[in-house]
Amino acid sequence: MQQEILKAEKLNKYFSEPTTFHVLKDISLSIKRSEFVSIIGKSGSGKSTLLYLLSTMDTDYEGEIFIHDTKITGLSEKALARFRNEHIGFVFQFHYLLPEFTALQNVMLPAMKLGKSDIKTIEAQAMERLRQMEMQDFALKPSGKLSGGQQQRVAIARALINNPSIIMADEPTGNLDSSNTARVFEIFQELMIQGNTIIIVTHDQDFAKKSGRIIELVDGCIK
Amino acid sequence: MLLVNLKISRVQLLARKRQTIIAMLGVTFGIAMFILMISFMKGVNQFLHEVMLSSTPDIHIYNDFKADQSSSITARFYQQDSHKLVIVHHLRPKQINLGLKNAPGIIADLKKDPNITIISPLVSAPLFFDYGSVQVGASVDGVNILEENRLFHLKDKMKSGQLENLLNTQNGIILGDMLASKLNVVPGDLVTLNAPSGTQGRFRVIGTFKFGIGAIDAAKCYVNLSSLQQLLSKNRDYITDIRIKLADNSQAKVLAPILERKYGYKSDDWETTNASMIASDTIRDVLTFVVSFTLLMVAGFGIYNIMNMVITNKMKDIAILKAQGFSGKDIVQIFLSQSLTIGVFGTTAGLILGYLLSYLVSRVPFPGGDIFSLKYFPVLFEPKYYFFGALFGMLTTLLAGVTPAIKASKIDPVAILRGNQ
Ligand SMILES: Nc1ncnc2c1ncn2[C@@H]1O[C@H](COP(=O)(O)OP(=O)(O)O)[C@@H](O)[C@H]1O
Ligand SMILES: [Mg+2]
Repeated sequence: MQQEILKAEKLNKYFSEPTTFHVLKDISLSIKRSEFVSIIGKSGSGKSTLLYLLSTMDTDYEGEIFIHDTKITGLSEKALARFRNEHIGFVFQFHYLLPEFTALQNVMLPAMKLGKSDIKTIEAQAMERLRQMEMQDFALKPSGKLSGGQQQRVAIARALINNPSIIMADEPTGNLDSSNTARVFEIFQELMIQGNTIIIVTHDQDFAKKSGRIIELVDGCIK
Repeated sequence: MLLVNLKISRVQLLARKRQTIIAMLGVTFGIAMFILMISFMKGVNQFLHEVMLSSTPDIHIYNDFKADQSSSITARFYQQDSHKLVIVHHLRPKQINLGLKNAPGIIADLKKDPNITIISPLVSAPLFFDYGSVQVGASVDGVNILEENRLFHLKDKMKSGQLENLLNTQNGIILGDMLASKLNVVPGDLVTLNAPSGTQGRFRVIGTFKFGIGAIDAAKCYVNLSSLQQLLSKNRDYITDIRIKLADNSQAKVLAPILERKYGYKSDDWETTNASMIASDTIRDVLTFVVSFTLLMVAGFGIYNIMNMVITNKMKDIAILKAQGFSGKDIVQIFLSQSLTIGVFGTTAGLILGYLLSYLVSRVPFPGGDIFSLKYFPVLFEPKYYFFGALFGMLTTLLAGVTPAIKASKIDPVAILRGNQ
C-alpha cells in the first residue's frame, strides 16, 4: 500500500453568481504518492474548479482537504501561500510567465521565495530544470520573446523548481499546436516515470489513457 | 523584506522607465517647489523681521499723555458734587509733562531684572531744521549713543562718519541719509535746530545712517541726550521714552503689561507694535504650506493613479505570483516598494532641484535695493526645510502607494487565472 499524499473529503462548492450554482457535489478522492491522475470531463463539468480547490488557491468551499497529513482547509492566507510555494507546482492552460523576466529568472523566482538555497545553487537548479525541458539555450531570453510551446516548457520547469510534492496542471496543452502538445505530454510522461505525483486536467482521451488513473467529472460529481 | 520581492519590484519599475520617471518628476517638482517656497518665504519673513526689529525695541515705555486727563479742567469738578453733570467737549490737557516722572528710578529698577539686557533712555522731540528760508521737520532723538547702538546695531547702519564721534562732540548730530540729502549737508557741516520754545541750537553733522526704511531715513536724527535736554530747556532727568531689549524677546508680550502696571506708563511690546507685520508673516507661512501641500497632493495622486494602473495591468502577474506561493504580504511589499522607490528618488531629486532653484533666486538682484538695504532676494538655507521636504515626500508616496498595494494583495488569483480560460 502506497502512502497517501492527498485526500479530499466531501468537497462541495457553490457559485452564487449569477444564480446559486452547485458546481462540485460531494467530491471525495485520495491520491497516493507517485500516482499520475487524469481528470477528464465535459467543458463546464467543474474540472478546473476542483483543481483550484486542491491547489489551495480557492478556499471558498465545504469539506476538507489534506495534503501530506496537513489539513489545508482553514489555514491562513499566509500559511497557504507558504504551503503552495513548497509543495505544489502548478501549470496553467496559458503559458503564464512574468514578461519582464528572463526564462531563467522566471524559473528561479519560486525558489528564491522559498529561500532554502543561496542564489548560485538556485540558478544551477533552475538551469538544470530548463535543460530537462530542453530550454537551456533560451535561459537568458526575456520570456515574452519565446513561442507558446517554449513558454509552456519554461512554466513546467518553474513548477518543478522547488521539488513539489504534487504537480497540478490545468489543460497544459489547451493552447498549443499538435507538435508542442506532443512535446508537453512527453515531458509529463518523463515526470511520471521519475516518480512525481501528478494531477492533470485534460481533454485528450489518448493521453488520459496513459495515466495511472482517470477521474471523470460529470456535472460536478465523480463518475 | 524579502530580497526576491525587491528584485521583482525593481525589474518591474525598470521595465516601465518612462512611467516611473514621470511619477518621480511629480514628486520632484512638488518637493522642489516646497523647498523654494519655504526658503524664499522664510527669507522674506526674516528680512522683514530684521528690518522691523532694527527699529523696534522689545518693549517701549512712554508717556501716553492722550489718556491722562488728570491735569485738565475736569479735575476741578470731578467728584466734587455727584448731583452735578459736567460735559466737557474737545478735552485737551492743560499743562502736560511729556517726560516720565522718576525716570532714573524706573531705569534703576529695570536694571535689577536679569531678563533685561539693554535699557536705552530717550528724549524724543519733533523739531525743525532751518534750511535756507524754509523749515524741515524731523524727529530728533536724544540718546546715549552707545546704548542705542547696542539696541539697534547702529554701527552697521552708518553710511558715513563714526558713531563714537558723537560722544566727543558736545553738539554733534547723526542724520538719516535721506534727511541729510534733503538738507544738503555732509559730515562736518553745521545745521540749526529750532525748539518750540524758540531756542535754537547749532549742531555739527558727525555722520549719516541708513536703516533701509524710508520713513526713518528721511525723518530721524540722533543727538546726545544732554544736548537735547539743554535745547528743550529741561533738566538732566528728563526722559520721554525708555526702550528695552530682552534676553528672550518672546517674553515681551508678558512683561509689557506688568511694567505698564508697575510704573503707570504705557508699555508696548514689539509684537503689538508690529501686529500687522506678524499677521503677514503668518499669511506667508500658510500660503507656503497650502501651495506646497497642493503640489504634493497632485504628486501623490499622480503616484496613486500610476500605481493603480500598474496593478490593473499586472493582475495576471500578481495571480501567477500568488499561485507560486507569494503571499498577500509579499505583494504589498513588491508594490509598496515601487511607490517608495519613486518617492526616494523623486524626493532626492526634488531636494537637489529645490536647493538649486533657491540658490538661483538668492543670486537675483533685488529691484529697488536703494530703499531697502537688500542686494539680492532674501533666501534662507535651513537644513530643517530639507528634512521636512524629505519627510513630506516620503509620507506622500507612502500614503499614495498603500491603497493600490493593498488592493493588489487582495486580488483573488483564481478569478484572474480562470478569467482567461
Ligand atoms: N466565478 C464563477 N462564477 C460563477 N460560475 C462559475 C465561475 N467560474 C466557473 N463557473 C461555472 O462553474 C462551472 C464549472 O466551471 P469549470 O470548473 O471552469 O469547468 P471546466 O474546467 O470543467 O470546464 C461552469 O459551468 C462555469 O460556468
Ligand atoms: Mg477548465
